[in-house]
Formats: sequence, C-alpha cells, structure tokens
Amino acid sequence: MSRRDGTLGDIPTAEDAPVFAEPWQAQAFALTLALHERGLFSWSEWADALSAEVKSPGAAADGSDYYQRWLAALERLLASKDVAARPEVDAVAAAWERAAHATPHGQPIVLENDPHFSGVR
Amino acid sequence: MSHDHDHDHDHDNELDPMAARVRALETILTQKGLIDPAAIDAIVDTYETKVGPRNGARVVARAWNDPDYAEWLKRDATAAIASLGFTGRQGEHMQAAFNTDETHNLVVCTLCSCYPWSVLGLPPVWYKAPPYRSRAVIDPRGVLAEFGLTLPADKKIRVWDSTAELRYLVVPQRPSGTEGWSEDDLASLVTRDSMIGTGFALAPDQKGPAA
Repeated sequence: MSRRDGTLGDIPTAEDAPVFAEPWQAQAFALTLALHERGLFSWSEWADALSAEVKSPGAAADGSDYYQRWLAALERLLASKDVAARPEVDAVAAAWERAAHATPHGQPIVLENDPHFSGVR
Repeated sequence: MSHDHDHDHDHDNELDPMAARVRALETILTQKGLIDPAAIDAIVDTYETKVGPRNGARVVARAWNDPDYAEWLKRDATAAIASLGFTGRQGEHMQAAFNTDETHNLVVCTLCSCYPWSVLGLPPVWYKAPPYRSRAVIDPRGVLAEFGLTLPADKKIRVWDSTAELRYLVVPQRPSGTEGWSEDDLASLVTRDSMIGTGFALAPDQKGPAA
C-alpha cells in the first residue's frame, strides 16, 4: 500500500524479505545485465534511463512499481537504440498472452501455442 | 497492476501483461542474436543463489581479522574486494566506509538504486523505495530509528550517495566479545543491513541459527 506520510511504513525491512516479487522481475533484471555486458549500452546510460522512469510523476510513492519502471526504462532504451520498437514489442507480447490462453494448465507456455503463430517474425 | 478476472478458466493460463512484455523482449532479442536465453537463466540463478550479502560479509570479516587487508580495503576497495573473487559486472568502483566510535556510515542511492551487487547481491525493496531514497539524506537519524537503530546524539552520521560508477560498502564495527573468532564465525555476524548502514553487526549472543 502506498503511504503518503513518506515513512518506510509498510515496506518490508526484514533481512530475508524477497528481492523479486515475481519471476518476470528477475528476467527483466537479467536481460538488462546481459545487454549491458554485450555493450548495447553503458551502465551510466542505464542509470539515467532508470532514474528518469522512477522519477516520473506516475511512479508509486512506495516504490512498489520499481520493476515496472525498470522494464519501461529498458523498453525505452531499446527503442531509442532501434533494437526493439514499441509496436513490435506490443505485437509479440500480445502473441505471448494469446499463447498463454491457449496452453492447457500445467503445461509450459510456448509461443507456438499462439493460435495466430506465424513462425519467426 | 490490475488484471481482469471476470471469468474462471481452469484449462488455460494467464500471463500477466508485464510477464508477457518481458517474454516479448526476450523473444525479440533472442531472434536478433543479442541474448542467449540460457545466459539469462544463468544470471538469474547467479543472483538468486550465488551472489548475496555473504560475499560482503566475507570482506568485512577479513577486514576485522587482518589489519593489512583492512588498510588495503580503505585505500583501494575495488582491488581488495576483487582479490576475494568479487568483481562488479558493471565495472563500477567500490569504496569502503568504516564505522568508528565517532561516525556511522549510511549508504543510499538518491538517483535510482545503484547498489554494490557484487558484494551484497540484489537490493532490498526498501532501498529502492522513494521514502528511503529521499529521507536517508534529509533525515538519516529518523530513517535509522525506523530500522530500530538509535545512535548517541554526538555520533556523526555520514551519508554516501551511490552512483553508477561508485558504490559503497559500510564496514560495521566489530562486536565486542569476538576476540579470537575465525573469519567464518565473524562473517556470520555481518548482516546485509549492517553493510548498508541501516543495522549493526550482530552481537555474539544475537547470532541466529547457522548463517
């Protein structure tokens, strides 16, 4: 919950509190590290991009949307480098959502399960 | 993030929109040959299981037990830490901030969340949260109080603001009653928070079950 009084409030401070709330957050984190190691951007460029996102007016006061901001920063950086344009990411993300829907529960979700799957895009 | 669940399907899966976007990026980047999915999994595994505050605890324990190492850590933390096999992936430099009787050190990143990953693993949620990022600088005593730390009024608090290029590791004061302890035993007293400055090293009688 967002607390407006500016204290740490309900933010967990225990030593063993989890660092990732969901697996996609770990994936987004790892993608960023891998792309940096490949030289796609410098770490300062990344810090600037992330900083801009976490300071944007819509950011949650308690930082609970941190990895959403992280992902937004990564997408923006990749778009600015002509690596992945927004419409392309939107289209492939929609395909993943359709694939998830079409995948029987308990089985791994693969992109080929998208009813509109058309091979390598 | 809200997700519409106006119907119940037990035969299919839902991908959270965020999860779908990450998968989309992974698909696109893999197709372009920019990443290897196995390498991504390896990074996640490394950060979840191999890198963590235990690395930093080793650095602190060594510094407590070996004055020459402590001196090296003060002078050139990047090299002293690398000598134990912990090197940053972002080519960042490290600086060690030693707590003393006069000064307590506290680390923050007001810009975003730069953090010494190579020695502390991934940052805790509160480290990335705006209340900590903004208040650690303005009201460090108030922030420490929220972590249950009360410092004597005459103790100085020095706040270190991390950057993409320079990260800080706090070296907490060695607890009394640990004379003659081995490095392994000492390391078990060094908590993550004590290396950020929002905690102290544990006293011997606070030591939990085998760390």
